[in-house]
Amino acid sequence: MVADPVPLQLTAELFPNGISRYAVGGMLVGLGTVVIYVGTGIPAGASTFLESTLSYVSGQSRFQRYVASRDWRVVFTLGIILGGLAFAATVQSGVITTSLYEAGTTGERYEVGGVTLWATDVQAWRLLVGGLFVGIGTRIGKGCTSGHGVCGVGSASKTSIVGVMTFLTVAIATAQIVAALGVSP
Amino acid sequence: MADRHPLFMPLILVGGLLFGFGLGFSQMARPEVVLQFLQFEDIGLLFVMFGAAIVSGIAFAVMPRLRDSAPLTGDRYERRLKPFDRNVLIGGAIFGIGWGLSGICPGAAYASLGVGNVSILWALAGMFVGAYLQGVWRSTRATTDIVPSDAD
Repeated sequence: MVADPVPLQLTAELFPNGISRYAVGGMLVGLGTVVIYVGTGIPAGASTFLESTLSYVSGQSRFQRYVASRDWRVVFTLGIILGGLAFAATVQSGVITTSLYEAGTTGERYEVGGVTLWATDVQAWRLLVGGLFVGIGTRIGKGCTSGHGVCGVGSASKTSIVGVMTFLTVAIATAQIVAALGVSP
Repeated sequence: MADRHPLFMPLILVGGLLFGFGLGFSQMARPEVVLQFLQFEDIGLLFVMFGAAIVSGIAFAVMPRLRDSAPLTGDRYERRLKPFDRNVLIGGAIFGIGWGLSGICPGAAYASLGVGNVSILWALAGMFVGAYLQGVWRSTRATTDIVPSDAD
């Protein structure tokens, strides 16, 4: 990270929300990965849960190979959901205040039992069709943003670095094309 | 699995909690924020992945030098490198289309449900259907691939 003489204006345009909330959030994600790795030796990724959970209901060989890890992957995913809820109940609800959190202008905020929750405005068809591609692609491509992006890049795996470059490039192109076609949000 | 350490599951849960809290805190659990990143309107999101990769990278590098095996499983600390083949490119490209269209990836989708984003169930339904389709297709292909080689 050499300090390039980047004009401040450009920096402000590319980082309108700064980098701290992203970096702190990312370090917490990394810490979650570290806790599991130090205790168990497992570099945990999020997308295997999709196939390992399907092994409960389908006998296909592709899913059955994950039988040994399917129970802890359910617990890992449950933890991620509860971690999101814990964030909502504390920072998002204003119980813990930090300058790194801004409510933002996207989506809808609503309250249930004193907890401020958040819901997306992105259209259902984008989530459903996008999710379908994510489900196919992460499993064929051997990993997702956490398996390749965090664990793979963290262990300097060339396969994962190529995987990340691939999905990042295609995602940027896709999002730009969809936006250019006037689809929003 | 009965011989698992009693702290195994609690530790996995704690790891998941930190992971999900971090995704909420970074706002990566919001598809809008991911889409703004992909459209170059706010590229700060890069620091989520880099931040996480650096922190986990330190543990991946240091732990094998401190201990031979993990206390709760007895598994060796080792790099589990995934072999490279064209599936990494094909799958990565398909994943990229989905991520760029929806703004959500698997881990962030779980966390998104936690922050109250019930609509993300659409994406999770899509992910399960997608994982199922490729699994059935690849299981079937693996079976039929064996038949001709047996005949040889």
